[in-house]
Amino acid sequence: MEKEVMSSLKMAGNILCSASSFIRKCIFGDLRVGPIPNHIAFIMDGNRRYAKKQKLSHDGAAGGGGRYDAGFWALMVMLLYCQELGVKYITAYAFSIDNFKRKPEEVESLMASMLEKFHLLDILVKRLAVRVHFVGNLELLSNELRASAMELMEATAAYSKSVLTICIAYTSRDEILHAVRESCEQKRIDLEFDNDDDNEIKLMKVEKNMYMAVAPDPDIIIRTGGENRLSNFLLWQSCWSHLHSMWVLWPEIGVWNLVFAILNFQRNKTYHLEMRKKEKEL
Amino acid sequence: MPFSLHFSPTPLITAPSPLSKPSFLVPYYHTLHAPKSPLCSSMEHALTHQGKQEAFDLRPEDSQTLPLGLRRDAMPSHVAVIMDGNRRWARLRDLPVRSGYEAGVESLRKIVEICCKWGIKVLSVFAFSSDNWFRPKVEVEFLMSLFERGMQEDTGIFFRENIRISVIGDLTKLPKALQELMVNLEEATKNNTLFQLIVAVSYSGHYDVVQACQRLALKAKCGLIEPSDINVSLMEQELETNCTEFPHPDLLIRTSGEFRISNFMLWQLAYTELYFAQSLWPDFGEAEFLKALLAFQQRQRRYGV
Repeated sequence: MEKEVMSSLKMAGNILCSASSFIRKCIFGDLRVGPIPNHIAFIMDGNRRYAKKQKLSHDGAAGGGGRYDAGFWALMVMLLYCQELGVKYITAYAFSIDNFKRKPEEVESLMASMLEKFHLLDILVKRLAVRVHFVGNLELLSNELRASAMELMEATAAYSKSVLTICIAYTSRDEILHAVRESCEQKRIDLEFDNDDDNEIKLMKVEKNMYMAVAPDPDIIIRTGGENRLSNFLLWQSCWSHLHSMWVLWPEIGVWNLVFAILNFQRNKTYHLEMRKKEKEL
Repeated sequence: MPFSLHFSPTPLITAPSPLSKPSFLVPYYHTLHAPKSPLCSSMEHALTHQGKQEAFDLRPEDSQTLPLGLRRDAMPSHVAVIMDGNRRWARLRDLPVRSGYEAGVESLRKIVEICCKWGIKVLSVFAFSSDNWFRPKVEVEFLMSLFERGMQEDTGIFFRENIRISVIGDLTKLPKALQELMVNLEEATKNNTLFQLIVAVSYSGHYDVVQACQRLALKAKCGLIEPSDINVSLMEQELETNCTEFPHPDLLIRTSGEFRISNFMLWQLAYTELYFAQSLWPDFGEAEFLKALLAFQQRQRRYGV
């Protein structure tokens, strides 16, 4: 009797999953009638509030996994949905340089959580043929974390179905300063060796030196957690991006949030893409 | 002539519109002005040939007279505005585009007055983007003449009301006469202290960073700095917003329901609270501004931490 009930429950579960998967495929099919963004960036805000809601401690001792586990899985789910939709580039703001100012135990917990996720991330991205980039001031990370990041980048360099860029030890101002320093240094070398009297540094040159030169500018920047600000994320790249703020906390983000964000993007797309193209021609 | 802020001409073919008469006039109060720099001749000319201009009370209001719910201690020091929706406003009313710009200027004037009354120190407005050069030539020429006429007409107000004007952007693309006018106005009002209006003309956030980069590259070429020395402080000294004590907007308002920065002040907006209003710029008045400020005051700012 019990076996029959379990078997029925399992069948019902499968039917529901198939039904929901079918509905999702239909919705995604409808979305694809309009323009699909090439690049979506996520500001993954709300992990701490979620953990407080779920009463999760730093080390997950209260049960239910570590504080940031749910956030990691939310990112993986978004990656899957984006891949299914045809969004090629996904960028996530994982850790800001400003976050180093948090309490040391919190920073430590976050770093430990990231390190332990590398193995899982490795399996998932290889399965999905996703190329991974880690961008930011990686020198600020521990040797172990930096080495794991470099290893994963190398291991996935050949994949091209999707590109996942994880911003870690990153702020946009730090990125811009890095690009400006590189551009000035290159100009100085050019002037020394080529006798080049042209002092002009063009926009393209600065852009080439950005950490985020590995991906095109985002079409949409989605911020969870209800705040409406960029928090030093992709300032240079966001000039034409559609900004979408949502109240849902990052670990709770679901397919409908993504669908709604893309629908909003589709309403306003054309004019700004043209402007972006013209600016690059200058 | 009633007060109208710089980019507003009087209508070209009709008498001044009813919109140009402010509804908020209060008896004139003598305000204390900081000593002003000596005027250049074109400024003096503008002053002596101004018609009678109605003044308005620009003293910061006491907290009791601020709108209900607004806290003086939590007012943003610097508000930035992307004044979007002027053309749409005109199209919706079957009016020519220039009517939209005129209405937009009225809106700007009101917002400047409110900023002065409510204790906001700096207002930055995105008047003309680098990308706007791609608009039809006739429209661009019209806007340039609008700026020129408006600046000439409103010079007296800036001096009388202690308003400092700063212009940021690639001015080399502007007509020579307008360039000269802007530079002279900036110079002449640089010691005014009540309020600063920063007008972004032929400006973009990318342009600002690239021009700062070029200036730093020149310094590096001359051996004044090493590229590796370039830090936040050196960078901010070269950005065009070095003209103000408050270079980073606390609040950015964009009207007309678009959810984009559109290449405005990218570096400076790192921690700025963003507010997107549905109304078109000419309809954005005191009530909408109050809503934006109330929303700002509810926000918890963490500066990335």
